[in-house]
Amino acid sequence: MEKRDLICVSCPIGCAITVDLDDNGQVISVTGNTCKRGDSYARQECTHPERMLTSTVKVEGGRLPVVPVKSAKPIPKELLFDCMTEINKVTLTAPVKIGDVVLKNILNTGVDIVATNEA
Amino acid sequence: MLNYDLVVVGGGPAGMAAALQAHEEGIEKILILERADTLGGILEQCIHTGFGLHYFGEELSGPEYAGRFIEQVYNTDIDVKVDTMVLDISADNVVTAVNNFDGLLTIQAKAIVLAMGCRERPRGALSIAGSRAAGIMTAGTAQKYVNMDGYMPGKTVVILGSGDIGLIMARRMTLEGAKVKAVCELMPYSGGLTRNIVQCLEDFGIPLRLSCTVVATHGKERLEGVTVANVDEHLKPIPGTEEYIPCDTLMLSVGLIPENELSKNAGITLDPVTNGPVVDEYRETTHKGVFACGNVLQVHDLVDFVTEESKLAGLGAAKYIKGEKAEDGVVHTKGENGVRYIVPQNINRATDKDVKLYFRVGRVLENVTLTVTCGDEVLLSKKKRKMTPGEMEYITLKAEVVKHLPADSTIVVSTKEA
Repeated sequence: MEKRDLICVSCPIGCAITVDLDDNGQVISVTGNTCKRGDSYARQECTHPERMLTSTVKVEGGRLPVVPVKSAKPIPKELLFDCMTEINKVTLTAPVKIGDVVLKNILNTGVDIVATNEA
Repeated sequence: MLNYDLVVVGGGPAGMAAALQAHEEGIEKILILERADTLGGILEQCIHTGFGLHYFGEELSGPEYAGRFIEQVYNTDIDVKVDTMVLDISADNVVTAVNNFDGLLTIQAKAIVLAMGCRERPRGALSIAGSRAAGIMTAGTAQKYVNMDGYMPGKTVVILGSGDIGLIMARRMTLEGAKVKAVCELMPYSGGLTRNIVQCLEDFGIPLRLSCTVVATHGKERLEGVTVANVDEHLKPIPGTEEYIPCDTLMLSVGLIPENELSKNAGITLDPVTNGPVVDEYRETTHKGVFACGNVLQVHDLVDFVTEESKLAGLGAAKYIKGEKAEDGVVHTKGENGVRYIVPQNINRATDKDVKLYFRVGRVLENVTLTVTCGDEVLLSKKKRKMTPGEMEYITLKAEVVKHLPADSTIVVSTKEA
């Protein structure tokens, strides 16, 4: 059994939540939250935490030397640095449009990396 | 001299929303003047997501959020001049500006919207001991280096101040391979959003040291380290708590200041707490026909609220141009017992819209009763679990309530902890 302490990010109150997990990492109980959103946030965080990833990639012939990118959807938190390694290998050539796919299905997550500005 | 119905100073999210709203209200000749080489303002370097959750119901990056407005602006006949610096606004609303193509420009405007945004508090405002070594910069400057210019300003970083830009840069530098050793915050609480503390610091194991500040910087040519110390309840460093942290970069995220040089020169009255103009419910300043919105008026946490406020200013400017802005005496607003300021500072009694009173509290408050009173009369009362200085709050006052208040009376927003 494991105990995890979290701060809820669902609203400004920032409840201190404690989650009890069994040996298989399954949630046994969520306490300390003051609303339902806190409960679902805590369960998500303890079972499969995901984050949006944003960065830049090099671009040749653009207005600026880099263009910003994001993951089209949140990706598993533990893959953030591995994704950064992949993103940093890319060099684009202008023109780039908002929404252009920069890397398809990064690290088999099913998530694309897309441009978020023009270049 | 050029003639425009509306001149908007600043082409960031505030300026664009105000211009678009005025356009929608039927104002024909609109000009946006922008100092940078593109529209978009600070959003161009804010590549993280989290923008637009309220306004678009989507999680966008800064450039994407700006991009939606830029596209709308260019799909209208709103004129835009980039690379253009506004120098002066006269008493009769003549705007003087300069750029490489037109030289010196003078523009007669019927109405003006000020949307110049804000800038970061610099190192000079902090008086930290040490030499002028390279590697000391504001978090926003570092953000521009990394996200727009494409180079890393350092490898080992200490961040002073836990404002949102500092937190965002802690994550950004870490993802790009730098080591962020600590974020030091003078106050006993963070000035940033909870979401950012969790996702920018805790996710990466970056320590947030509260009641802690940088007391000295070391290194001559390049920063070699900083000395940090804990502070007491008077925010004075406690002798004996000093600690040396080696680092090549010190980033400052210690507050934002509305950029009101133009407003000051134009004789517009500023609020000493917000450092922005004193405005009415449509964001008209004390200078007739001059409106202000976005971070030049009050520093916002969320661009979504900037957009909302700027649409209000654009609507107000349109009403002013059309001669439809109702006036029948004003009531004033004031914050008390922990409420540091209220925007707007004045409300026209004849207002045709419900008025949102925006404010911030001065310290963390829990189990609060928020009241809005005028004289002995309680206009509104609301309970709040928690309020923090890092989050802007608002409370809505009905137009018909304002209508019945005596001219020149004062509405007081106050808090009481249980």
